[in-house]
Amino acid sequence: MTGALRLVENPVDRLARTIEALLVIAPSPLTIEELAAASEDETERVETALGLLASRYREGRSGIVLEHVSGGYAFRAAREAADACSRLVERPVQRGLSQAALETLAVVAYLGPVSRPEIARIRGVAADSAVAGLVERGLIAEAGRESEGGAVRYRVTPLFERVFGLSSLSELPRLDDLAADGDDLRTRLEEVAGRRGA
Amino acid sequence: MEAVRDLELDLDSFEGPFDLLLTLVLKDEVGLGDVEVAGVVLTFMERLAERESPDLEACGEFLVLMAALLELKARGLFPDEDEFAFDDLDPEEAAGELAERLALYRRFKAAAGWLEERLEAESDRYFRLGPAPLAPIPERPLAPQEPAALATALRALAAEPPEPSLRHLELRFPPVSLFLDRFRAVLRRRRRFDFDTEVGSLSRIEQAVAFLALLELRKAGEIKLGQPAPFEPITVWSAAA
Repeated sequence: MTGALRLVENPVDRLARTIEALLVIAPSPLTIEELAAASEDETERVETALGLLASRYREGRSGIVLEHVSGGYAFRAAREAADACSRLVERPVQRGLSQAALETLAVVAYLGPVSRPEIARIRGVAADSAVAGLVERGLIAEAGRESEGGAVRYRVTPLFERVFGLSSLSELPRLDDLAADGDDLRTRLEEVAGRRGA
Repeated sequence: MEAVRDLELDLDSFEGPFDLLLTLVLKDEVGLGDVEVAGVVLTFMERLAERESPDLEACGEFLVLMAALLELKARGLFPDEDEFAFDDLDPEEAAGELAERLALYRRFKAAAGWLEERLEAESDRYFRLGPAPLAPIPERPLAPQEPAALATALRALAAEPPEPSLRHLELRFPPVSLFLDRFRAVLRRRRRFDFDTEVGSLSRIEQAVAFLALLELRKAGEIKLGQPAPFEPITVWSAAA
């Protein structure tokens, strides 16, 4: 008998290291299924390993943070390092998004795939320039053509979810919950009318 | 009540009398899409509420102006009139359609506001995005400089440069007679000498002239020449020896 003590390695630890490596080299978020396929392991065990990594790579503990974003998992820089990051790299995707671009982005995010004429119909002005700018930034992309008329339709990209920190589009607030200011305006008008009537 | 046209407005997109706003809109210097009609109505209502009795004339004028403004704005919401035949609808349906579109646009405008806030809140998130372009190198301001030093440097640059010397390009041919005399003097002392050694310290031009002198002496029969092989040292003897 050799009698030598051997440390028994937790198999999840080993899988966590593999996933760590996959996330480091990935250019975009990886889903659990993609991680399971690449590591040739079961999705349940991948989820367990991701839980282990999430506790290791979190704000306040590491300069790298594991996040669930855009339907997958990805590493990003810790928020405390944002100033240093801003001195090293630019953020051309996010910088200087105009009001027209944000409105167009909102229409595509909620209604996509959606064509330029549809966007123009909702916003009341032509959307060509705003759409072209958003495509160039990589926030929206072509998604086929309309069956009638053949206009190109657009949808938001995974980069959109990543830039806005959304795990999926379902995190967008309900449209009906957003337009509450209309009621505020009505209330104010009624108040004024009430004062007039008094 | 003062005329409706003098109504002082304080909107996000415009500040001044209503009359000026209308003028700017008609001249396309203010986008009608940016004009907050509800703000105009609210200002008028507040002004109206300050009065003890309603000014019906002002109300009538205001309604006419606002109707015109709303019609212009509504037309702006239908960029392609062929696509949507407004005339085919009765007024109630048209009003309903318009209200629906305005409500829809309001929701998306609010959604754009939400996205803007979200972007601001997430402004400290950095992640790898393919090869990230490097941030521009911050400009380093120059250290304080002395104007006098700059003037001195400029003055040095402005000075006329010295004329370049071409002396080294000049060819000077010493007279052959100089070397004739010299070789005769050498042979009087030594009987024989090595030509290469004798002219080794001279310039190439002087060596060429010295060689001419050697040929002259040979021609006159004053010397004998010897060279074991081409390019080997030339030995010179006195013919009298």
